[in-house]
Amino acid sequence: MIVTLRLSTMSPPTSPILSVQPTRGLVDEKLKVVVESLPPGSPVTLHSLHHSEDEDYWEAFGHYVSDFRGMVSVSEDLSFGGTYTGKEDMGLLWSMRPVPGSRKGLRLRKMNVCSPMLHNISVYSGHVSEGFREQTPLTSVLVERWYMAPGVKRIDIMEKGVRGTLFIPPGPGPFPGLLDMWGGGGGLIEYRSALLASHGYVSLAMDYFNSQELESADLEFKYFETAFNIIKEHPQVIPDRVGMFGLSLGSLVTMHVAAESTIVKPRCCICVSGSHFYPRDRTIKEVIMEPRSNSHRLRIDENNHHVWRDMWIHLLDDPSKKVDVGKINCPILLVNGKDDQNVPADECAEDIALLMNAAGNGHLLSRVLYPDTGHLIEPPYSPHFRASNFKAAGVATKTVMLLWGGQTKPHSDAQEDAWRKILSFLQHNLYSSTPPRAKL
Amino acid sequence: MDRKRCTLKLLVQPSRGLVDEMFIILVQKAPSGFQLTVHALHKCEDGHSWEAFGHYTADTIGTVNVSEDPSLGGTYSGVEQMGLLWSLRPVPGSKPGLRLRKMNVQIPMEVTISVYQGHQTEGFMDQVPLASVVVERWYMAPGVSRIPITEDRLSATLFLPPGPGPFPGLLDLWGGGGQLVEYRASLLASHGIASLALDYLTAKIIMETGKMVDLQYFEKAYKILEQHPQVHGSSIGMLGLSLGTSITLKMAVYSEVMKLRCAVCISGCHMQPVDGSVEEILKYFNQNADRTRISEENELIWRDVLLPVPSDLAFKVDMGRLKCPLLVVVGEDDQNWPASESAMDMKEMMEQAGNSHLLTVLSYPNAGHLIEPPYTPHARASLFRSMATREKMMALWGGETAAHSLAQEDAWRKLLVFLRENLYSGTNPGTPSLSHL
Repeated sequence: MIVTLRLSTMSPPTSPILSVQPTRGLVDEKLKVVVESLPPGSPVTLHSLHHSEDEDYWEAFGHYVSDFRGMVSVSEDLSFGGTYTGKEDMGLLWSMRPVPGSRKGLRLRKMNVCSPMLHNISVYSGHVSEGFREQTPLTSVLVERWYMAPGVKRIDIMEKGVRGTLFIPPGPGPFPGLLDMWGGGGGLIEYRSALLASHGYVSLAMDYFNSQELESADLEFKYFETAFNIIKEHPQVIPDRVGMFGLSLGSLVTMHVAAESTIVKPRCCICVSGSHFYPRDRTIKEVIMEPRSNSHRLRIDENNHHVWRDMWIHLLDDPSKKVDVGKINCPILLVNGKDDQNVPADECAEDIALLMNAAGNGHLLSRVLYPDTGHLIEPPYSPHFRASNFKAAGVATKTVMLLWGGQTKPHSDAQEDAWRKILSFLQHNLYSSTPPRAKL
Repeated sequence: MDRKRCTLKLLVQPSRGLVDEMFIILVQKAPSGFQLTVHALHKCEDGHSWEAFGHYTADTIGTVNVSEDPSLGGTYSGVEQMGLLWSLRPVPGSKPGLRLRKMNVQIPMEVTISVYQGHQTEGFMDQVPLASVVVERWYMAPGVSRIPITEDRLSATLFLPPGPGPFPGLLDLWGGGGQLVEYRASLLASHGIASLALDYLTAKIIMETGKMVDLQYFEKAYKILEQHPQVHGSSIGMLGLSLGTSITLKMAVYSEVMKLRCAVCISGCHMQPVDGSVEEILKYFNQNADRTRISEENELIWRDVLLPVPSDLAFKVDMGRLKCPLLVVVGEDDQNWPASESAMDMKEMMEQAGNSHLLTVLSYPNAGHLIEPPYTPHARASLFRSMATREKMMALWGGETAAHSLAQEDAWRKLLVFLRENLYSGTNPGTPSLSHL
């Protein structure tokens, strides 16, 4: 006799339950992703999908196996394949890459910080590596990732020739302030300032390429001093607690102003992926043009990516071509990647240390150098790209594929670690009531 | 303390959460032993301001953790992690009889949490706090779709969870105040249940025809859910509060069309004319309107109108015929409906009929009538326009704030577990995770 077991067609579905906490969080907060009510020991794929402002699709995924209770916990279990492997609680974000068939050289950056980044987190049956769009997931949730905490105010600044956006934390204040500067790509990039304001710093994101004011080196210098003072004089800012934060070219500006300004006294400086090569009396625009005149030092690798790192190394031997870092008299944190292919960050950091030690202010310097990490050290969990399209701002050049460097997993670890160290450095120097003195 | 040199830090996590999620409020770097007031301020959609506050003393390292430290006074006392929300009350000088309800669920409630120096009880608006943050409380999770429903002349809104589905479904009914109230349905959709909020007292069809809806109105709503491609048709439940329970019980027991998987009745009764629809139920209530009492504060106590529980089976739902699990939630201090008495009678009827294994009664001492999703402020009385009498009056709902808020928190958690257990398959190996609630 054959006995057949029939499943009741009237029973409700045993659909797995996906929970992601928080569903609305800041971009630097961790996610807890848990799947329950799966069949025990079943292979599943956790997938994240993001549709960018540029209309591209980015995805990440990990291959998991549920336990005897039918549960998968991304922070505790291991991924056995996908865009990341191992125990990676945030792998679904940092390992994102453009979906197959996308345009080349993409970079993921949020331009409108008043709205969140949306990520669709889904569970697929089995270990899937492609064709996610053609399949229906078992379940999915939508997660919002914000650069702006509730209550942060965003104010357009067009004052004394300075163009930028000011972000002010909620509350009466007064707060410490930060002048936030990006690199040679130019434009008004707000997201890091919005995030810093969400951590309690009045931050001014600056556009320092498109202004008419930057015709001469003198005027340009005054531009940065004016911007700094706009923050310092704001009624909600503690005037002697204003620092500077730069990435790439922004680092250079930071070091130069900190060293040379008689008016502006930053309380502390953070320089990410910067060099200290500053041909004296030249403007930023001219510094950007430098690659053109040094084109024999430009390398183009086997993938047709432009590698700029060697273009200025010869300047290490010429003091007149470097920022006089011996004159910096505030704590300064350098954050660099050892695999930075855009700027010789490692060598520059070494040189800066030598110069500052010789000048007697070496105790102000802290450096962190991350292995296998590239040039674009961004806030944590943002995807890594070894190269991307780049067009220098305000310069009539064509778009090239610039090599930034870094390997995805170590670079992502560096971003997470660096951000924590940066926030701790800022907290110590801008919030603490003891006078700034110590290193990290 | 010199505000210019103040390094006090205030942190609320999460800064954006669902209304039924807990938050952690941490004050750090205050001077050791510092006395401070943590204050919450909310401006509701009607433009009224609501506030709550607790008095704390920082420990030796200058920290106050609202989830661990006791409030020494204010609008709540003791260790109350969510006291700043559930003890919200209209600021002094507000008009009486206010009730806090979110009508637009697509934008969050914004609450400003601040720290003031010292143990203060008034005049917060005239002072500058030491620190403050803004917290968003959402009735809708990201990805939940809000779909207005007007077909079949219904006035309803469907909330679908994110994802492919199919999802279990739920009909969500409020009480005698009418209107299309969406916030509980949107919150349930945020928990994975496709929920339909239904207006059955002030719906367009009623405004246009001048007549109350018949039972087919509710069956049409059920069919909308049942036939929806993203709803699992054999997994539909019904939830009612107050007058909504009357409809829920009638449909659960008598409807040939509705095959409910389970039902939830909050602060309601089974006493009603067995025949007839909304009109007949309201007439029945009006019959004994002279039994209403007035409290010392001039508030209307309505509960006696439905008492005593009749023995005539023409006037109470035949609970012995119920075939699905039923969760009954009652506040023992309900001054509006005799929910406790009704629950006892329902239990007796079901024990006699042999189906009492379907019944779960959650009875909360000192809780009132309006048992809402957790952390929403308690209103012991408020201005109410009854659709039965068409008059606006101050209705006494009952309940003592702290006990009522605890009841809301507990009832909601148990309600979600009940719905999950009954609307999803019963053979799940693991328990759904509700640990963040």
